[in-house]
Amino acid sequence: MQRRHFVGLTGLAAGALFLPRFPALSGTPVDVAELLRPFDAALNKRLADAALNAAKAAGASYADVRIGRYLNQYLFTRERQVQNIVSTESQGIGVRVIVNGAWGFWATNQLTEADVAKAATTAAQIAKANARIQKEPVQLAPQQGYGEVSWKTPIQRNALEVPVKEKVDLLLAANAKALDAGASFINSALFQVNEQKYFASTDGSYIDQDVHRIWPTFTVTVVDKASGKFRSREALSSPMGLGYEYLVPKAQDKIKGPAGTDVIGYRNSYDLLEDAALAARQAKAKLTAPSVVPGKYDLVLDPAHLGLTIHESVGHPLELDRVLGYEANFAGTSFATLDWKKQGKPYGSKLVNIVADKLQPGSVGAVGYDDEGVKTREWDLIRDGQLVDYQKIRDQAHIVGQDHSDGCCYSQSWQDVQFQRMPNVSLRPGKQKLSVDDMIRGVDKGIYIAGAGSYSIDQQRYNFQFGGQTFYAIEKGKITGQIEDVAYQSNTQEFWNSCAAICDQSDYRLFGTFFDGKGQPSQSSAVAHGSSTTRFNGVNVINTARKV
Amino acid sequence: MPIIPKDEAQAILKKVLSFSTADEAEANLYGGTRGNVRYARNTVTTAGGTDNVSLAVQVWFGKRSGVATCNQFDDATLRRCVQRAEEIAKLAPEDPEYMPRLGPQQYLTAPSFAASTAGITPDFRAQAAGDSIALCAAKQLTAAGFLEDGTRFEAIRNSKGLEAYQQSTNLDFSVTVRTPDGTGSGYAVADFTDAGKFDAKALTQRAATKASSSVGAKAIEPGKYTVILEPAALVSDEGLINRLVYAFDAREADEGRSFLSKKGGGTRKGEKLFDPRISISIDPTNALAPGGTFDNEGLPVKKLPIIEKGVAKNLYYSRYWAQKNKTEPTGFTGNFIMEGGTQSLEDLIKSTQKGILVTRLWYIRDVDPQTLLVTGLTRDGTFYIENGKIKHPIKNMRFNESPVIMLNNVEAIGRAQRLGGNLVPPLKIRDFTFTSLSDAI
Repeated sequence: MQRRHFVGLTGLAAGALFLPRFPALSGTPVDVAELLRPFDAALNKRLADAALNAAKAAGASYADVRIGRYLNQYLFTRERQVQNIVSTESQGIGVRVIVNGAWGFWATNQLTEADVAKAATTAAQIAKANARIQKEPVQLAPQQGYGEVSWKTPIQRNALEVPVKEKVDLLLAANAKALDAGASFINSALFQVNEQKYFASTDGSYIDQDVHRIWPTFTVTVVDKASGKFRSREALSSPMGLGYEYLVPKAQDKIKGPAGTDVIGYRNSYDLLEDAALAARQAKAKLTAPSVVPGKYDLVLDPAHLGLTIHESVGHPLELDRVLGYEANFAGTSFATLDWKKQGKPYGSKLVNIVADKLQPGSVGAVGYDDEGVKTREWDLIRDGQLVDYQKIRDQAHIVGQDHSDGCCYSQSWQDVQFQRMPNVSLRPGKQKLSVDDMIRGVDKGIYIAGAGSYSIDQQRYNFQFGGQTFYAIEKGKITGQIEDVAYQSNTQEFWNSCAAICDQSDYRLFGTFFDGKGQPSQSSAVAHGSSTTRFNGVNVINTARKV
Repeated sequence: MPIIPKDEAQAILKKVLSFSTADEAEANLYGGTRGNVRYARNTVTTAGGTDNVSLAVQVWFGKRSGVATCNQFDDATLRRCVQRAEEIAKLAPEDPEYMPRLGPQQYLTAPSFAASTAGITPDFRAQAAGDSIALCAAKQLTAAGFLEDGTRFEAIRNSKGLEAYQQSTNLDFSVTVRTPDGTGSGYAVADFTDAGKFDAKALTQRAATKASSSVGAKAIEPGKYTVILEPAALVSDEGLINRLVYAFDAREADEGRSFLSKKGGGTRKGEKLFDPRISISIDPTNALAPGGTFDNEGLPVKKLPIIEKGVAKNLYYSRYWAQKNKTEPTGFTGNFIMEGGTQSLEDLIKSTQKGILVTRLWYIRDVDPQTLLVTGLTRDGTFYIENGKIKHPIKNMRFNESPVIMLNNVEAIGRAQRLGGNLVPPLKIRDFTFTSLSDAI
């Protein structure tokens, strides 16, 4: 039996956000005051040692412990009312062990020394059962213990400490702006996530981390009852590794879209009210915008859109677990195999430089240490269009002849096992000065796309199709107006090799998601993708209008 | 064991409610144990599990409500939990869509629990993974699979006298078998309430056969084709049928933002929107695919046709929207029963002159909510059919199709089988729209 609870989310970005998959919704509701209670590092160390000792006594050659306290608050509103305010807390311990060369894992919410020791013993039993069918023993890249260390997201104002009324008022004010600008409906939400994670391992690390994330978002819908037509536009915000300061708009963080559009992009702060009003106007214009003529177009993709394309066509294919076949049954494998890399084929044009990191300040993926106790870092994935490296963790490094993890191991909660997850994967901005207007001036027949929409890619990351939030026709170097029913289909290598120009650093900003899904049982991870507006030549565009 | 029996669960909830001074109170106690094993490259990769039980208390003072939780069950903790919920409620804004608690309800009985599944051990899981791997290794094939089992309980009690309790078990298994050179891939998936019905070897054999026979795929021109969609192609990965079933929300339709909204206002409820052979209903008592008998407010899940002989028969009403529209609310926990025919998958193939057999569809995403247009790709076994026989494997393709259009183009319906907690038959559909080729295998 699969029981599916709809937790007051109906109507919010239906089809785009898949909110029921949001991992933190598996937590339980909790009083706001509880969210501010400090996580007790001394108690955690005692529990961690109890688990590690029990694991060693059960024969573990390696063990790690993650004691997690996952605090979240979500606010949901529609039009002029609050739908739901949910504060959740999920607390427990996950113990991972290697016994006889095989992994075992068990998690429990019972946080006594006896219970965590029992969890370690159960994990060891599971490892022993698996060792009988294990082909090769697990090999971990060496990792020196860090002793007792800590890391905290450098936030200015903890969103969980902001009074609920202030947050509700902000959402309702944005809703009013959208309704005043012609929206029929608006569903808005504010997600606040605080992962308090205590990691300890038999390597001698005791790592205390306090990770914060925030995401304001909405979907504006305009309905024309006479024609029966409706159109939506979602927020151009991004989930960020920031505090409530993200919701205090600053002029220097606003990046105006090209002439002929009313698009505004946002960098390290977000103007929720402004974007809600713009969304209503753009959604209304969609109702009467001409339908695209299918064919080949030069695409000019803004960072709030391109981030998702980078995620799917670069981030995922370069995850080493996929490349090696660990995800063959679910998320899939990758065209970018070790053999493919050896052939030296170009991944993209010479302009394409892609970097992986879990450090970028303000990014939703930034942490100090990963979930197997490795300090995070930055490294190149694609240099001048050529694939140079993958994303890997401790038990994979030896397979590609490396002696270190990239520090990108993550688990969505204490009760799920950690595994390789995508770090931030970003397109470096162009080295030459280039504005979006300059870029568009050179386009004869094209489409400018702002915001991420529908997305789909095959299990080896060749063939993809992307929609967007708003689409503008470009004719002879000028934006001529909004169009509709646009989706582009391409092949990863063809697409990145058609990359013809990248705007400079002044246009650079982050796209992010809370919902990067992988693994069985499926886990969500938060990740960011930075880029500047980029041009791709001769991409196949289809028309998505249908009659039912 | 974190499975708390009915009487014990209700006794805890009764005590919790007795601590409340609010106008109304409701408490949910839920939890369970789950375990899994995952393997790939013919070896086990990760395995584990978790125990967890939680209590959530919600209270109301007039139209103001608050929620609190705990996971310790001594009296002092329970009292504190109720007090916290009451403090939040006193500070909360009034809910304009407030609905009073439900009184005592009658629930259907669903065969949702099997002791065989509740008794699964790490050795059982390792054995299943080992059997699956051994079968593939012997054929020089590579297996990647996942087995997860769970035992759960849910209990509700409120101050109006409502009492609900249900236990459930599940075992979910899927396996992808690939040829070592990566030129062939096959898939099999199944889920059970009773682990006694699970056969890892038979499912792996099915995926292995598909993998071997999918080597040497030929490209065909994208376009409109007759397709036979296996159940995995219809409901796996939040598939075409799930998306259609979840789109029957009354409020969205009334508000004009659904494919069920009518031009000029109102909904298309009662209209014939699909082929007359299409019937989809909710039935938690189904022996093969039992479901939840109450939702998280304790509203009974009843037998209810959603699509009856092609007609949009019922939409889902929340309790608030039902009251506003003077109708009955709908209890729904997500699983559904799609009526099947008598033909086997082999019969459907035999009766096909030219067509495509689709094992699985993947990365399915909405493109246009106005028409329920979705896109995605074939995966792990796509074959060309000619003169009633599988002729050769073909390369995977992207589709852009609406389940609304698709269910008007029905050629034949096969025997229904359980998948994803639902009952779903294979369907033969004409004019299914493929829009591009994929190199993925």
